[in-house]
Amino acid sequence: MPRSSSRKGTTNLKESGNSPVMDLFRGGSSKSSSKDIGRHDQLFYTYANHSLDMIDPDGIVSLCSDLGVDHTDVRILMLAWTMQAEKQGYFTLDEWRRGLKELRADSISKLQKAVLDLENKVRKSSSFPDFYSFAFRYCLTEEKQKCIDTESICILLDLVLGCQFRAQVDALTQYLKHQTDYKVINMDQWNAFYRFCNEINFSTFKNYDPNLAWPLVLDSFVEWMQLKRGKA
Amino acid sequence: MNQREIIDFHEGWKFMQNGITKLKSILEGAAETHFTSEEHIMLYTTIYNMCTQKPPHDYSQQLYDKYKESFHEYITSSVLPSLKERHDEFMLRELVRRWQNHQVMARWLSRFFFYLDRYFISRRSLPPLMEVGLTCFRELVYQEVKVKVRDAVISLIDREREGEQIDRALLKNVLDIFVEIGNGLMDFYEKDFEDAMLKDTGAYYSRKASNWIVDDSCPDYMLKAENCLRREKERVSHYLHSSSETKLLEKVQHELLFVYATQLLEKEQSGCHALLMDEKVEDLSRMYRLFSKISGGLEPVSNTFKQHVTAEGSALVKQAEDAVSQKKTDKKDVVGVQEQVFVRKVIDLHDKFMAYVNNCFLNHTLFHKALKDAFEVFCNKGVAGSSNAELLATFCDNILKKGGSEKLSDEAIEETLEKVVKLLAYIGDKDLFAEFYRKKLARRLLFNKSANDDHERSILTKLKQQCGGQFTSKMEGMVTDLTLARENQTHFEEYLNNNPTANPGIDLTVTVLTTGFWPSYKSFDLNLPVEMVKCIEVFKEFYETKTKHRKLTWIYSFGTCNVNGKFESKTIELVVTTHQAAALLLFNTSNRLSYQEIMAQLNLSDEDVVRLLHSLSCAKYKILNKEPSTKVISPNDVFEFNGKFTDKMRHIKIHLPPGDEKKKVIEDVDKDRRYAIDASIIRIMKSRKVLGYQQLVSECVEQLSRMFKPDVKAIKKRIEDLITRDYLERDKDNANLFKYLA
Repeated sequence: MPRSSSRKGTTNLKESGNSPVMDLFRGGSSKSSSKDIGRHDQLFYTYANHSLDMIDPDGIVSLCSDLGVDHTDVRILMLAWTMQAEKQGYFTLDEWRRGLKELRADSISKLQKAVLDLENKVRKSSSFPDFYSFAFRYCLTEEKQKCIDTESICILLDLVLGCQFRAQVDALTQYLKHQTDYKVINMDQWNAFYRFCNEINFSTFKNYDPNLAWPLVLDSFVEWMQLKRGKA
Repeated sequence: MNQREIIDFHEGWKFMQNGITKLKSILEGAAETHFTSEEHIMLYTTIYNMCTQKPPHDYSQQLYDKYKESFHEYITSSVLPSLKERHDEFMLRELVRRWQNHQVMARWLSRFFFYLDRYFISRRSLPPLMEVGLTCFRELVYQEVKVKVRDAVISLIDREREGEQIDRALLKNVLDIFVEIGNGLMDFYEKDFEDAMLKDTGAYYSRKASNWIVDDSCPDYMLKAENCLRREKERVSHYLHSSSETKLLEKVQHELLFVYATQLLEKEQSGCHALLMDEKVEDLSRMYRLFSKISGGLEPVSNTFKQHVTAEGSALVKQAEDAVSQKKTDKKDVVGVQEQVFVRKVIDLHDKFMAYVNNCFLNHTLFHKALKDAFEVFCNKGVAGSSNAELLATFCDNILKKGGSEKLSDEAIEETLEKVVKLLAYIGDKDLFAEFYRKKLARRLLFNKSANDDHERSILTKLKQQCGGQFTSKMEGMVTDLTLARENQTHFEEYLNNNPTANPGIDLTVTVLTTGFWPSYKSFDLNLPVEMVKCIEVFKEFYETKTKHRKLTWIYSFGTCNVNGKFESKTIELVVTTHQAAALLLFNTSNRLSYQEIMAQLNLSDEDVVRLLHSLSCAKYKILNKEPSTKVISPNDVFEFNGKFTDKMRHIKIHLPPGDEKKKVIEDVDKDRRYAIDASIIRIMKSRKVLGYQQLVSECVEQLSRMFKPDVKAIKKRIEDLITRDYLERDKDNANLFKYLA
């Protein structure tokens, strides 16, 4: 489904020339031969739903089993990002081509290798922030949906930031489940979580200033944490 | 040809010398006759001739030198010795005498030697004769004795300070010398006298102050200080040069006040705080006068004042809280007598301290601000769960309604209303006041309880002046609505006359209100008795003849009904609300009804049914009998028409107390605030396009401050909401910057 045009200011991911994903794979020739493309398409059609002309959720499950990766694994999310997939659970031919071209994979075994290696690459790359934002958008499945329920947010946080920021993610998850003010989280708050993990000293919160423009949910989170730690 | 005889220098000088000698003996007081005009002319002409002779006989230079020498000689031989052998006051007198003599001498000699002044001195760029004379005195006499003179003068001044009588004229003359010796410049006066005098003054008062500060109370000390300053000022007018006044007074102020300011103000029993407690108005006025003269002197005083006012105000709050907590628990939600008393006391407190600001502190801005800050602190505390906004609104209601608790003359009412509006300035939540006021105004207007229309309008005018037109526009609309409603009613009655078939058989009065002006009311779908339904229909038809574009929503909770109760002994007319009437009319068809049945038939909420039935069965007039006959309504109760009811009056009003408005008012105000904050943020961002978070918040707070003090967290939440609604976005590179999305 096409993204709603009311979202301004976000990167137009269709322009592959500006694609941040390119950062992942610098150097080497990006020339693609018609033979390669042929193989991509072939691979595509082995999983695609022919009436939709897209790979649908069933196809993805099948793909995942061939790759040996669970469909809830973060690497599949990363794969979707590499493809700049728009709709969760579906891959179009264009997206497929884009993804496989980036990963330099034209066979299932090459794809498997690339995917297994993907987590490392993405976590270390400078376009991780873009992946982080993508993760949120990818979960907006309804048209005009702008927020995601806190339960799912907690899962997503764990998936996306769990490795790098274990302590923060655990604490934040605990808080989100405990509080009742927010039943959903929006994009702005989601982005702020990442900034928070990166910028704020988690052991002291000394450099956290609630008089700055941090979202209210984080102000409350820090307050809650300080209370808890005060007791300890 | 008559050729002038050449005057030989020595001869000529001998002649002059005689003249000079004569002059000297006149000065010394020897009984000599004064110069005749002939002698004068001779002397003058001698000089003239000797200067105009042809060289080598033009003796100008020598004469000039001789002129100077004359002073030298006289001073060294007579003046100095006489000064040196005298001391103290005697020396001063001698000095004055010698100076006066010198002036005379210089004047006379200048006249004799005048011709030199005409051409010689300018040709040779030399000082004129008078100046030469002055310089001689200065170099030879003044410089010699100045230190002794200075010390003698200062010691006399100190003796005068200690209370001795001294010769002021003498001092004036002496100090005039210091001034005149400068020939237009004040340097000598300042360096040779004033500096030392100021230093001595400083030391003198420093000693005094160090004793006084220990021994004296603050008021006593201040009195002494004021007196000292006054005396020093007098001293200047009597003998010091006027240019010394500022420096002298500053010195004294510094030593007496500036150095000991804190100690003085903080004296335990008698300092600023104590004076305020004991209401020592005169001492406080003195304190203001004195401390306003030293830099930064008034700040501590105004701070103590502020603390005092805050403490008194907070004490009133506590007093009121204590009084309220002793009341019966079931009346706690209603603003009662104690709160009224509290408002009255706050008004009085304000009057009292404003008088201080006006009289003691001469309307100084620091003290106005101190008063304002203090009131803002305790005026926003509220009493026993009721905010001050509510208390003020209730207070106004009591003054403005018929049978209110305050019985005052018209003038007293006007004055009180004026003061209440002034207090409103200290309350942050003005919008809360407005809402409570509006609610109570609505009751007064709709139940015809307003005591005096003029007062109603008058307070609205005052509120408008204080808070702006927007504040009162709705209230004014409400008052106008009533006037229009009366007109409308006349038209309705005409309509009924012209359409007799339409007449519902019951007298009906309808007040049509403009929704936007009046507080929002929950409108219930009350099940009306059949008779009333017809009334509604008729009015609707009539209204549609007047306008087709408006929708009528019926608010029965504000209606009044006159119902005839046909009791066994007699028929009594009952004045009740529409809700009560609807309940009573149910008993026309059934004798006994349970709570549940009544509720179902009326289609009202529990809260309203309880209140309603209570007023009819458990209050002053028992129109209904309740089983069980407890004082509290429960859902299991059963009600019966009380045929045995009677009263000596034929016409009674059955009061239905209003429900809890407080919660709804606060809810409504909170909702309005959310909209107001949204609107403010959008307005700001629309004009600025890009703005940092902190600036946005502070501008927002400022814009809204006329009506209420927005919570910063609330603003943050609204910003986030506006981001979600795509009005704003956060800048990608700077998380603290926001951009307006057109």
